[in-house]
Amino acid sequence: MIIGNDEIIKIKGLKTYFHTDDGVVKAVDGVDFDIRKGETMGLVGESACGKTVTSFSIMRLVESPPGKIEEGEVLYKGENLLKISQEKMRKVRGNEISMIFQEPMTSLNPVFTIGKQLSEVLILHQNMTEKEALDKSEEMIKLVGIPRPREILKGYPHELSGGMRQRVMIAMALSCKPGLLIADEPTTALDVTIQAQILELIKGLQESIGMAVLFITHDLGVIAEVSDRVAVMYAGKIQESGTSEEIFIEHIHPYTEGLLKSIPMLNVRKKKLDVIEGSVPDPINFPPGCKFHPRCKYKIDKCEKEEPELLEIKPGHFVRCWVKQ
Amino acid sequence: MGNNNVLEGIEEKIDYTVAKKPVTLRSIIWKRFKKNKLALVGLILISILVIVAIFANFIAPYPATTVDYANKKLPPSKEHILGTDELGCDVLSRLIYGARISLSIGLVAVCLYVSIGILIGAISGFFGGWIDAILMRFTDVIISFPWLVLVILVAAILGPSIYNVMLIIGLTGWSTVARLVRGEFLKLKEMEYTLAARGLGANNFRIIFTHLLPNAFAPVLVAATMGVADAIIIEAALSFLGLGVVFPDTSWGQMMHAAQSLTVLSRMPWLWLPPGILISIAVLCINFIGDGLRDALDPKLIR
Amino acid sequence: MDNLIEVEDLVKYFPVRTGVFSRISAWVKAVDGITFNIKRGETLGLVGESGCGKTTTGRCIIRLIEPTSGKIMYNGEDLLTATTERLLKLRKEMQIIFQDPFASLNPRMNVGRIIGEGLAIQKKYSKSEIQDRVVDLLKKVGLEVDHIKRYPHEFSGGQRQRIGIARALAVNSKFIVCDEPVSALDVSIQSQILNLLDRLQEEFDLTYLFVAHDLSVVEHVSDRVAVMYLGKIVEITFRDELYENPIHPYTQALLSAVPVPDPRVKTKRIILKGDVPSPVNVPPGCNFHPRCMYRKDICTKDIPELRDISEGHIVACHFAGEL
Repeated sequence: MIIGNDEIIKIKGLKTYFHTDDGVVKAVDGVDFDIRKGETMGLVGESACGKTVTSFSIMRLVESPPGKIEEGEVLYKGENLLKISQEKMRKVRGNEISMIFQEPMTSLNPVFTIGKQLSEVLILHQNMTEKEALDKSEEMIKLVGIPRPREILKGYPHELSGGMRQRVMIAMALSCKPGLLIADEPTTALDVTIQAQILELIKGLQESIGMAVLFITHDLGVIAEVSDRVAVMYAGKIQESGTSEEIFIEHIHPYTEGLLKSIPMLNVRKKKLDVIEGSVPDPINFPPGCKFHPRCKYKIDKCEKEEPELLEIKPGHFVRCWVKQ
Repeated sequence: MGNNNVLEGIEEKIDYTVAKKPVTLRSIIWKRFKKNKLALVGLILISILVIVAIFANFIAPYPATTVDYANKKLPPSKEHILGTDELGCDVLSRLIYGARISLSIGLVAVCLYVSIGILIGAISGFFGGWIDAILMRFTDVIISFPWLVLVILVAAILGPSIYNVMLIIGLTGWSTVARLVRGEFLKLKEMEYTLAARGLGANNFRIIFTHLLPNAFAPVLVAATMGVADAIIIEAALSFLGLGVVFPDTSWGQMMHAAQSLTVLSRMPWLWLPPGILISIAVLCINFIGDGLRDALDPKLIR
Repeated sequence: MDNLIEVEDLVKYFPVRTGVFSRISAWVKAVDGITFNIKRGETLGLVGESGCGKTTTGRCIIRLIEPTSGKIMYNGEDLLTATTERLLKLRKEMQIIFQDPFASLNPRMNVGRIIGEGLAIQKKYSKSEIQDRVVDLLKKVGLEVDHIKRYPHEFSGGQRQRIGIARALAVNSKFIVCDEPVSALDVSIQSQILNLLDRLQEEFDLTYLFVAHDLSVVEHVSDRVAVMYLGKIVEITFRDELYENPIHPYTQALLSAVPVPDPRVKTKRIILKGDVPSPVNVPPGCNFHPRCMYRKDICTKDIPELRDISEGHIVACHFAGEL
């Protein structure tokens, strides 16, 4: 549900490198995209494509050393987050931009009660008293559909199941009504029936708060379900981006095409799945030219030498490929 | 959309994922070890000490046990760079020869107790149940035993000697290793490659020696390294008290035995300072090596 | 087609020990009495969410874990009463491929030794015979021959799975339990491995028990599918029948929950309330009743039996076929 054409966040030329003893890992190597108010942007890619590092870069949570945001801009409501002070950034995290993670088992602190952890966010950002924060926490717990909120607030993370913990995380993330929620593989570790519940929940809350969501995952089915627009990442760069329909139905970039053709889909019978040969390249040892060329069916000579730019082939639909542009 | 060549999906012509030359685990560990400068320095210094110990015959100016009452307790001079001790022996030579026993006692004793520890830990961890319970309670008893009393008893009954020192350390030091190995075995028993081996029909012997032990070794190696440092200190303490190495055998601890006298302590530092310093250096270096090993072997970093 | 595997009332409970003396305070009812067959040459998909007992089932069938009770027949032979000698021979025929490519290979053994271990254990083959076989298998699973001296850490997840597959094939197995073989792999690698497993099944005439939680993958590979919930099988039938006409309420909810990578498809979601109960605390009667929207009184009391509703469509529900 997109509210108008206003952007809430715009990422320009983001580059985050990790300087390790074995070499420089170009985790994010020039990423551009924007998210509009109220929309869900799906960021999809496999392991080591850079999607998680992108989200950490936005939140400035990249561990440095060895990581470093080399260049780029992250414009949130017009302000470049990469240039503001640490203190101002702390006011942004949890307040304006919130994040939920994949592992609900380890994202909550096991030695504090749920109530304490939830109130902490509110006390920090909204200057509430402990009592006010606890009341608001109870509200949030009810909002995310957890039964018996008062009891849960007094309990500890280990007493809850994975799905419940994820709901608590969502409650924590949304308690300050952020403008942007970054969800990094939030349902990957959950069973499929619980995943359905959580996706419903996020969608409902998103509509009521009117926030934007950056939804990061490798699961194409989930992306199709939640996203308005989609960006496909590979080897630290965005290879194709556009609306959900454009990506899933037209799938212009060879990688996108390969991915979609190779996954088994419910109620679609195929004798053999199409295959993308080879494996994901080692980020320390990227091939020259287009990073996907060693595995590409359509490659031409140019692909081995020069890396293509991300070009807008139709309004709003960007592709990075010599052959398909 | 041409060439829909659905190959059998297995040809990997240009493979950017497997290195050109085999990269063994050992080389990865060595590379990581080298990065720790302290550990490297420690390794070099210990190697120097070991070489000195081995070639003591060629390096030492005098034999270690040449008694010369006429020249006893002399301060450092041209003929005796570190002076002489209360029997007239050259201190420097004794220092050099002393390295042999000080360093080797540590090694032998540790080998002894690592073997015992691995045996007990492996049996305990592998079989579990009541065998585990009994062995671990036994281990608890050994740990809580008043160790010093035992040492004095043995020294009193059997008389002080190098072998007794090795034996004592060897027979009492195995508890840490046993617990380590047991912990590793408990974890490794459930690993999928162990299950796979069972599924292929591997018997217990094969599982223990091919799958469990080689992978349990890393923490044992670190503990053993630290153990050598401990053993050197223990030997020094025992010999200082006169319960360990005694003349004519030479060890650094034995050289410090002289420092029991207040006169020696205050007026003849050349007798006890050199061995004391060398003991400290050796122990420090071994600890650095141990730390370096521990970091280099960290399984979380080897994927 | 006859049955290669026949399982009757398989039960596996794990004890929960508490207290100073490790008393047994409760039982984890991982597998709570299941009955099914696997025909020679077919792929039976075993699907369910976490805690349903599918992995335990797979491991019990090949006696990697000892079942608590029940009957397992392999090729007409009773597996649970087999002598140690006979079991050793039978072990060659039943192998397993694991989920985690990083934990399923011994990091201290090189690829050649890993794949050849099964043969080395039998002591019937010379070193060169084993070497030849390993080389042959490496090629069959799509790896380079010079990888034989390398160690697992030098390979990617997909390659390690291939090594695991080669290891299972080395002993001429006929039945392979595939325990989530592609769940831990990147999406673009999954199809490689699935195609490989398919090819090998044809070439070597293999029978698979394919355990997975990903319903799309299970649909692709299976001839028949069994759905498990909390230690019990709730529905078994032919693949097409299950996906087009699911009868058990849990199966219906499960299928509706799967996100489809096509934004045009708007599935009508059946959202189940609540979480999966713990296998320590199994609800009485039908174990699905607390979350079932069709539940009636009888569901809280009587455990439904597996009944054949129509031509091989077997369901465990008091109201199967009426909903």
